[in-house]
Amino acid sequence: MTTTSVNSTPGQHRFHLGQGPAHRRMRPREFGPTDIVLAGLTLLAAICTAWIVFDQLTLLSGMLGFVVVTAAVFLLYYYVLNRQLLGRRAASDRLMGAVATLAMAAIMTPLVLMVGFLFERGAHLLSWHVLTTTQQGVPLVCVPHQHCAQAGVFHAIVGTAEQVGFAMLLGVPAGILTAVYLNEVGGRLAHWVRVIVTAMSGLPAIVAGIFIYSIWVLKFHFSGFAGSLALAILLLPTVTRGTEEVLKIVPGDLREASAALGAPQWRTVWSVVLPTARSGILTAVMLGIAVTIGETAPLLFTVFGSTTTNWNLFGGPQASLPFLIWEMVKLASKSTIDLAYTAALVLFLLVFVVFLSGRILGSPWLGSAVRSLANRRSARRRVALEEVADR
Amino acid sequence: MTMSLGRRAVGVPPARPITAGREAGEMVAEGVCAWFGKRLVLEDVTLTMARNEVTALIGPSGCGKSTFLRILNRMHETIDGAQLAGTVSLNGTDIYGLEQRAVEVRRHIGMVFQRPNPFPAMTIAQNVLSGLRFNRLRVANPDEVVEEALVKAGLWNEVRNRLKALGGDLSGGQQQRLCIARALALRPSVLLMDEPCSALDPTSTRRIEQTIGDISHEVTVVIVTHNMQQAQRVSDRCAFFLAGEDEPGRVVEEGPTEQMFGNPDDPRTRDYVNGQFG
Repeated sequence: MTTTSVNSTPGQHRFHLGQGPAHRRMRPREFGPTDIVLAGLTLLAAICTAWIVFDQLTLLSGMLGFVVVTAAVFLLYYYVLNRQLLGRRAASDRLMGAVATLAMAAIMTPLVLMVGFLFERGAHLLSWHVLTTTQQGVPLVCVPHQHCAQAGVFHAIVGTAEQVGFAMLLGVPAGILTAVYLNEVGGRLAHWVRVIVTAMSGLPAIVAGIFIYSIWVLKFHFSGFAGSLALAILLLPTVTRGTEEVLKIVPGDLREASAALGAPQWRTVWSVVLPTARSGILTAVMLGIAVTIGETAPLLFTVFGSTTTNWNLFGGPQASLPFLIWEMVKLASKSTIDLAYTAALVLFLLVFVVFLSGRILGSPWLGSAVRSLANRRSARRRVALEEVADR
Repeated sequence: MTMSLGRRAVGVPPARPITAGREAGEMVAEGVCAWFGKRLVLEDVTLTMARNEVTALIGPSGCGKSTFLRILNRMHETIDGAQLAGTVSLNGTDIYGLEQRAVEVRRHIGMVFQRPNPFPAMTIAQNVLSGLRFNRLRVANPDEVVEEALVKAGLWNEVRNRLKALGGDLSGGQQQRLCIARALALRPSVLLMDEPCSALDPTSTRRIEQTIGDISHEVTVVIVTHNMQQAQRVSDRCAFFLAGEDEPGRVVEEGPTEQMFGNPDDPRTRDYVNGQFG
């Protein structure tokens, strides 16, 4: 275990104050620089061993096998080494730490590779031109030696933003209200509502699309709005369940305190429960958006797709990023697949921006900024107000 | 929320609005019984909590003190399956009268809980003003209301420079005094305190006891406590609750604190206040 030696320069230690002997400081279970070096060297030894076993002795091949063997050898070496140096208790602690870290790496690797792949295929095609033009007038398949204009995805960005935006407008308040019903109001029906909401979250996305197709599109034709309806169906259970979980952890004490101050129940929910659960609700909403923004299936039967920009959410077919990806990949020519990757990257970045703004909105820093703004506003209102309360 | 009206006593005085006020109120409980489901937990409690006095409810755990306290501001009925009987009046008005709104009653009869529970999403100032806001009571000078309530609760000097900090940033003792300030900002006639110091250290307890002494001239205080010294220090009158095995809680004896601790009539009271049992 590493212990930092005590530096006795005055003014650096608040507790030492230059009196008495310098104390040897320690932090039990600290993972210090020595441990990092040790782990690194162990990894090196494991790679060497794996190379000898894998390439020299058994003549096996394959990247995956090599990684697995390296990991296993690493864990073995690491345990033995730590047992020699620190004893059995610390060694098993380090071993479990290493297992957890490897598990994390195993999960993170495909994610990072996927994002990296997206950037590799799409990043060089991303340009201002792509973001601002549509596919209008661009032939889908470009004959060799013919000059073809480059297609853009602007129409799809517009479509996705409108459809998901409107789906949020429908689904988020409904989802939060449903969660409030389940957790704050309750009653006999709550159990069944919860069962239905849970069942809804297992609904195949395409069923939502077909449902809207049969009740809306058949009568009123394709539109972005129909897509919004289908997406809202998918958004609802995610937001509801997420919000319900965070409402559950709001302490009952606060509801009692509020009731004891003479607040009606709606007041307690609005002024105490929801603000207390704000950041959790925001996370639930973000998850809901993440689920819906990448959906293709519910849009197949509802928005129909388009190569031009259709600003009108309520009239006529509209494009959408996931829909465009699906269509372009299906056409299977170099230019369309390139466009699909570009669209995929744009979608990824869009989600990233939405998440980032959500985090900023939910941060305590902005929360307090908004609070003080609201305070100032109500202070101004108060000045104009005469004393009406007969307290 | 079930409240059996059938079990309520007949001959209730006609309902009229509770007189809100800057002055303390007198609470009278007559023949109060309480049930949780089918279990009777409190039987026939008759007690007068006089204006400007501090009444302490003492007794071992599970004898119905807190239930009785919660009946006094209609918090009892918020629990599923809770029922009650008897009458409770504030300044002569039945608080369980059909015309009375529970939320209105609670505005006049404030409550401080065992565990400090400031609203974590609100600042200190907003916490103090929350009761007014919940009741849509507008005031021209909220800053003065905040200061007045915090001064009364003995917290002003510690937080005057950080009124915009969140309520949860305070220490436990300060949070409890913030809760007292929050209740006092509504200018209640009666303040109910359910073991307000049980989660606090001796210094904070001392501060809160001082606060109780300071506010008792303008609000009637009813306090549940397990601490005999505390009951002796803060209260003018005491009521001793006791529940036998498988029996509901009853008031064994009540009277001036001096007499209850010095020369009680009932031997069970003497044993309890002297720490012989319970």
